[in-house]
Amino acid sequence: MTEKDKFEKVRRIIAMSRKETRQMLRDPSSIALGMVLPLLLILLFGYGLSLDAKHVPIAVVMEDHSPAAQSVWGAFAGSRYFRPRAVNSMFRADKLLSAGRVDGIVRLRHEFSRDLHAGHAKIQFTANSIDANRARLVENYARGVVAAWLAQRQLTHGWHDDQPVAIQQQIWFNRGLVSRYFLVPGLLVLIMTLIGALMTALVVAREWERGTFEALFATPVEPTEIIISKIIPYFCLGMIGLAIAVTASRLLFHVPIRGSLGVLFLVSALYLLVALGMGLLISTRTKNQFIASQAALLLTFLPAMMLSGFIFDIRSMPPAIAAITYVLPARYFVALLQTLFLAGDIWSVILPNTAILMLMAVLLLGMTRRLLVKRLQ
Amino acid sequence: MEAIAPPPAPVIVCGALCKSFPDGRGGVTNALAGVSLEVRRGFMVALVGPDGAGKTTLIRLIMGLLSPDSGAIQVLRRDIVRSPKTGESHISYMPQKFGLYEDLTVQENLDLYADLHSVPAADRAQRYAALFAMTNLGRFTKRLARRLSGGMKQKLGLACALVQSPRLLVLDEPTVGVDPVSRQELWAILLHLVKTESRTVLVSTPYLEEAELCNHAVVMYQGKILAEGSPREVADHARKRTFRLTLPAETKPRQAVASLLTFPAVADAVPEGSQVRLVLKAKVAEIPQFPLASAAQEVQPHLADGFMVLLRQAATTGAPPAPLKTTPTVSAKITAAESEYPVVEVRDLVRRFGEFVAVDHVNFQIRKGEIFGLLGPNGAGKSTTFRMLCGLLPLSSGMLRVAGYDLRHARAWARQEVGYVAQKFSLYAHLSVWENLVFFASAYGLRGNRRKQRLTWAMEEFDLGAVRFHATGHIPDGYKRRLAMACALLHEPTILFLDEPTSGVDPLARREFWRRITTLANQGVTVVVTTHFMEEAEYCDRLVIMMNGRMLAGGTPAEIRQRGKAPGISEPTMQEAFIRVVMDEERALHKAGGA
Amino acid sequence: MNVFFRILALIRKELGAIFKDPRSRFVVLGPPILQMIVFGYAGTFDLNHIPYVLIDQSRSSESVRFISRLDGSGIFTLVATAGNIQQARPLLDSRRALMILQIPRRFQRDILTGRTAQIQVIADGRNSNTAALAIGYLHEIIDQFNSILEQTRRRGAPPAFLSIRSWFNPDLLSRWQMVPGMIGLITMLAVMILTAMSVAREREQGTFDQLLVTPFTPLEIMAGKTIPPILVGLGQSAVIFLIVRYWFDVPYYGAASTIILCFLVFVIAAAGLGLLVSSISSTMQQALLGTFVLVMPCALLSGLATPISNMPRIVRDITRINPLRYDVQAVREAFLQGATIHQLMPELIPMAMIAAASLLLASWLFRRIQ
Repeated sequence: MTEKDKFEKVRRIIAMSRKETRQMLRDPSSIALGMVLPLLLILLFGYGLSLDAKHVPIAVVMEDHSPAAQSVWGAFAGSRYFRPRAVNSMFRADKLLSAGRVDGIVRLRHEFSRDLHAGHAKIQFTANSIDANRARLVENYARGVVAAWLAQRQLTHGWHDDQPVAIQQQIWFNRGLVSRYFLVPGLLVLIMTLIGALMTALVVAREWERGTFEALFATPVEPTEIIISKIIPYFCLGMIGLAIAVTASRLLFHVPIRGSLGVLFLVSALYLLVALGMGLLISTRTKNQFIASQAALLLTFLPAMMLSGFIFDIRSMPPAIAAITYVLPARYFVALLQTLFLAGDIWSVILPNTAILMLMAVLLLGMTRRLLVKRLQ
Repeated sequence: MEAIAPPPAPVIVCGALCKSFPDGRGGVTNALAGVSLEVRRGFMVALVGPDGAGKTTLIRLIMGLLSPDSGAIQVLRRDIVRSPKTGESHISYMPQKFGLYEDLTVQENLDLYADLHSVPAADRAQRYAALFAMTNLGRFTKRLARRLSGGMKQKLGLACALVQSPRLLVLDEPTVGVDPVSRQELWAILLHLVKTESRTVLVSTPYLEEAELCNHAVVMYQGKILAEGSPREVADHARKRTFRLTLPAETKPRQAVASLLTFPAVADAVPEGSQVRLVLKAKVAEIPQFPLASAAQEVQPHLADGFMVLLRQAATTGAPPAPLKTTPTVSAKITAAESEYPVVEVRDLVRRFGEFVAVDHVNFQIRKGEIFGLLGPNGAGKSTTFRMLCGLLPLSSGMLRVAGYDLRHARAWARQEVGYVAQKFSLYAHLSVWENLVFFASAYGLRGNRRKQRLTWAMEEFDLGAVRFHATGHIPDGYKRRLAMACALLHEPTILFLDEPTSGVDPLARREFWRRITTLANQGVTVVVTTHFMEEAEYCDRLVIMMNGRMLAGGTPAEIRQRGKAPGISEPTMQEAFIRVVMDEERALHKAGGA
Repeated sequence: MNVFFRILALIRKELGAIFKDPRSRFVVLGPPILQMIVFGYAGTFDLNHIPYVLIDQSRSSESVRFISRLDGSGIFTLVATAGNIQQARPLLDSRRALMILQIPRRFQRDILTGRTAQIQVIADGRNSNTAALAIGYLHEIIDQFNSILEQTRRRGAPPAFLSIRSWFNPDLLSRWQMVPGMIGLITMLAVMILTAMSVAREREQGTFDQLLVTPFTPLEIMAGKTIPPILVGLGQSAVIFLIVRYWFDVPYYGAASTIILCFLVFVIAAAGLGLLVSSISSTMQQALLGTFVLVMPCALLSGLATPISNMPRIVRDITRINPLRYDVQAVREAFLQGATIHQLMPELIPMAMIAAASLLLASWLFRRIQ
């Protein structure tokens, strides 16, 4: 290849990516998909969505009004996890629970203080477990509150009645168990998939549909150049999205970033290439915008949301479903993200996951290149 | 290298090309069945032929966009089949859809193609200036391509193809859906190119008068070449067979045409002002006695006449055109009193889109049983007027009555009076032919015996039996058109609206279409039609020419023709008259703007 | 009567188009059911597999007893043993283990002398929900272990204990909470896409004008456009309901009429939203993406994955205009709580209001735009 050929090649790529960028900026549906939706997701995940229950409304049925019972009330009221309200009958409390107005009922029977002296008092806790996950957390909180109350009581009464075995717990990477810390980084996988796969799924199909490929194919532009120039603008948009999301998670939502930013951006760029590969491959294969967007939703976005370990831990899935996740690039990216944000540069996580993503990027983009022939039909 | 035979070396050489496509129903259609063609340098070659003749397939094969099933193609001495590297930089191509990016501006589209063709930056300013001068697009460089009118898009498409200086220019139906004025301008550009820069041009077109401007015409039909040669040579196929008939005063030309076409010896008949142009299938030694005519005169055949003769000869072996039965749609004949009664009345009709006035104080009346034409360049406001008439668009001010109602606010039963055939023959593609008919029968509330009777009528009249259970999306275009008409006529409307019903339709199908319309009008149906084909205006009783939202001319075809009179043109064609009216208006506007 | 026949014709044509157009057939059949099954299994917060690294410095009979108790739970699986935290750390880092359990040297001595023996736990907090659940499980096992120890030691139990009962979902299976809620999400997506597409398809093919010039009134056209997706949505809900009930074995305690009414009101609301999307989109692809952009926040703000009560007040207020929120709640209650129609009024009434509002708005937009 001569110097001149190379120069012309570069000029064609620049011209084509400029065209692509303009089209992207002038198409309202790509604005909605590539800019409005990611921002909405960042805000929702940062401010709105959380798995951490706080100030759980509970009903406390005080059939006993002794000082001991009062101190149990005090323990629940003093906890930041609960917002108790006194209810005078169990019947009323049941109604509140069924209607979903409270998430649990604490019942102190009238024999509570008598039993307490006898050493076998029962604090009855009823949880509404329609939302099982929340119920489990709420029950754990209740255990904690009662244990603390007991310890306090033993201290003040000078009893010496230790538990035989106790746990000294330590949580690494996310001491306060704040769910936002793993939801917000995971969000990056959604944004990158949205921009990388869903948006680009439309761009090749659009040219087929509008008949512009016919004119383009008659020019000296080569398929590789077409692919490169379609990647460039969406890659840039994806990186802008990444920068915004990382900044927002650090400054607005105070998610720690313990790994190095460089590695984070590098692996994100890699995943973005994989997503672009998926989008372009779908687009090249289907040649139809509608089917392409449908396929991109089903094959890239929904799995990235449901099967990547972003919200639902892969370890909780049955083996058959967990096996499916191995072919999903999102799975590897989520593992990288959670590690890089919360744990740091742990190379035993970074290296294998990066290697797999790299392999996928090469495979997908290579297949796209092979499929895109300058022929109609 | 050995010497090549005298000056015009072949630029394109095709040998025995075959290409077939799956037809969506498990079979294959043969788009090309053994086509051999040679295009020499400096020639302007026209590919003409009805829809589905294989013109586009041939062009795409030559461009290397498709690969042939068998055969050989050489373009600029390179074997396209064996070394399928497309995108030869000396060839420019303009596909049917123009290949423009609608989200880009005029300038951006040009820049893109200049970059792709590696046009040196130094040459661009000069090149752009020349292209803008040629296409008149200089004022619109910042406008998005999607906001251009059809004619402007087509010129921009051409400009993009000419942004480099190609040795071969290939154009696929560049003038379809474009008004006569723009068409004329485009051809002026092409002729200029061939003459001054001696470029080779290959262009396909459904307009035969355009092919007459080329120095070589290739007539294609059903994947084969029927004839080729200079336009004169092709036209000569109709020598000694073409006549102009003068009609008795009381006979309408279109009615004479309708009955003349039923004679087996007649290849073609079209109205020409108050006369009829007739082409016979066989040569005659002397002028025969024609029925219906008061006088006859032999005339020089046009390319179109030769084309029709060739097609009629070839078509005898293919499928015959749908027979036209004479079951009446509306039985009553119109009385004289009725024909005075305006069925459509439009007074001071105005439609604004924001600041833009699309229709500006338009007035006309249409009487019962009339065929009324709405003509005008792209963007003239005829579609807007049409949509208001059908009740699809509210009017900004003025008065509009169709069968006594404004259809937009009319109660449902008023719409029973109206049949509508949209531009693209819009039917439910996934439903079968029969399901479409049944649906429209229900939509118009046909039930019981009448429903059965009308459905049978539609199947028979339009000869749809063969495709009854086929999905509408997969049947040939000819059937789609017939089905669209059938659906619009099921409920026996008294007014029929037809929006560019013949755009992109080949001459054979157009003849069939007009025959049917004439029959309907005879039965008292009022027909309102828009069209780009000026010769079709001849079928109308009265027509209006619109531009920039205003009516420029109105009257009978003969009256409109008179507007085309100029020194040197004693017998102006409809096309000439139209172009003249439009040009006068533009000049007047220019003057007003300049003053 | 005539009106009835005409609408019937529209519905028949529309159903024909849905099932004959491969693009919309795709929306109705395979994928929704596949999604239900795959995502039904994937969408769970229940941990049934906690890999851990053991650092047993005690190596005593008590520690062995504790470990066998742990392994007997069926949830905890030992992936490796290590001598100290430094050795164990890489396993946690690389996510091969979820927690590190360190049993100190004095474990047995402390238990025997009646002092509190401390077990040290280090959990991977990268997924805070998983970590919290894992620690919860560990607490349960230690509680059991303690109560056995206390019995054998014949020492007094603590003077008070917490007795926990879980209503409606006694085993706290999060699948019981997720899977019924997903019925709404999947039907919503399908119904909205179908409704939005049916108008866009006509615009794309140019048949909409053809329809408007027939004697159909706008109201009839709207009815003809919304009823078929509603029917399809109901059918789809029924199929998915059966999958939830019999494939995933989620108990249904409510009456059949309750769930049918629930589906009906919700599907009408979804069709209304679909019609809204369709009134502003001119191609099928725009309709699809528009639906997606709308359904996405609806799904996130429905309480399906993250509870609404965990959201800040302002976001909670926004969820009040989200029909999916009411549907998820109502379907869960109908399933697990056996709620009656009367009890579901707080959900059904807002859903009906949303349905009415979206249909009215859509019809207004239609008249304005066409």
